Amino acid sequence: MSGKNKHHIDYGTYILVWLALLAFTTITVTVAGISLGRYTLFTALLIAAVKSALVINIFMHIRFDEPIFKAFLGISGMTLLIIFLLTFLDFIYR
Amino acid sequence: MNSYTDAAVHHVHRDDAGAKMGMWLFLFTEVLLFGGMFLVYAVYRYQHPDQFRLAAMELNTGIGTLNTIILLTSSLTMALSIASLQKGNRFLSMTMLSVTLLFALMFMVNKYFEWSAKFSHGIYPGSPELVNKPNGEILFFGLYYVMTGLHALHVLVGMIILTFMFVFIKRNKVTSENYVKLDNSGLYWHLVDLIWIFLFPLFYLIQ
Repeated sequence: MSGKNKHHIDYGTYILVWLALLAFTTITVTVAGISLGRYTLFTALLIAAVKSALVINIFMHIRFDEPIFKAFLGISGMTLLIIFLLTFLDFIYR
Repeated sequence: MNSYTDAAVHHVHRDDAGAKMGMWLFLFTEVLLFGGMFLVYAVYRYQHPDQFRLAAMELNTGIGTLNTIILLTSSLTMALSIASLQKGNRFLSMTMLSVTLLFALMFMVNKYFEWSAKFSHGIYPGSPELVNKPNGEILFFGLYYVMTGLHALHVLVGMIILTFMFVFIKRNKVTSENYVKLDNSGLYWHLVDLIWIFLFPLFYLIQ
């Protein structure tokens, strides 16, 4: 129907992304074994964020979709972030 | 004139962009559903960091890693299923969809063994052994069962949806020209994978 958002991703790209995801999984499991003190959680979340960026952009092809879907994702992400921030502000300074 | 009427006859009323928008709105609610649980997790982990670490040591990192690899690979086969249907290769698309279903089944089988092992060690919600543990550990296992349980429920629902998609492709209801249903199922499946990407380090990799 509408031709503009029919950007087809080829098999090779998907396989590369999958390999990257496996590599990041190996890294996160390996890093978890090393004691990084208070950076452990930060590293784990950073790697999870990179992995989800790959899944969202390529597997869920948001990168090639219409901007409205990016807006949806941005709004849900920001909503979560604000809820987390407000909860922790309340919790820490109670 | 003839070609005009032909086009009019073959015109199917459908709105792919609208269907996708609906799917993304649904995924939005899913993100907030799990987000709320991650929030509870964050607050309790902040409150009981040591007990969370101690409780997490009881989880089987091996099974967790294996399930991570299984889900990531199932996401690949799901994406390949959509890509091959777009290219008009029905057979490859159905094969990839079957492989995705197989991975989903493997995930659930692993989950079954993982939970059975926990149950046999007396760790399940409300078990006498768990109730005698400190609060932080009770909370950790409570969150573990609720969050991975709800995630596993999503995997089960995903398996049902993917089975329907398989039948739809077989009956030519989903084709290389009309694949928005498969595309949306893929979005759902990737979201299930996405949630696991966060569940895995937060439950299995605390040291």
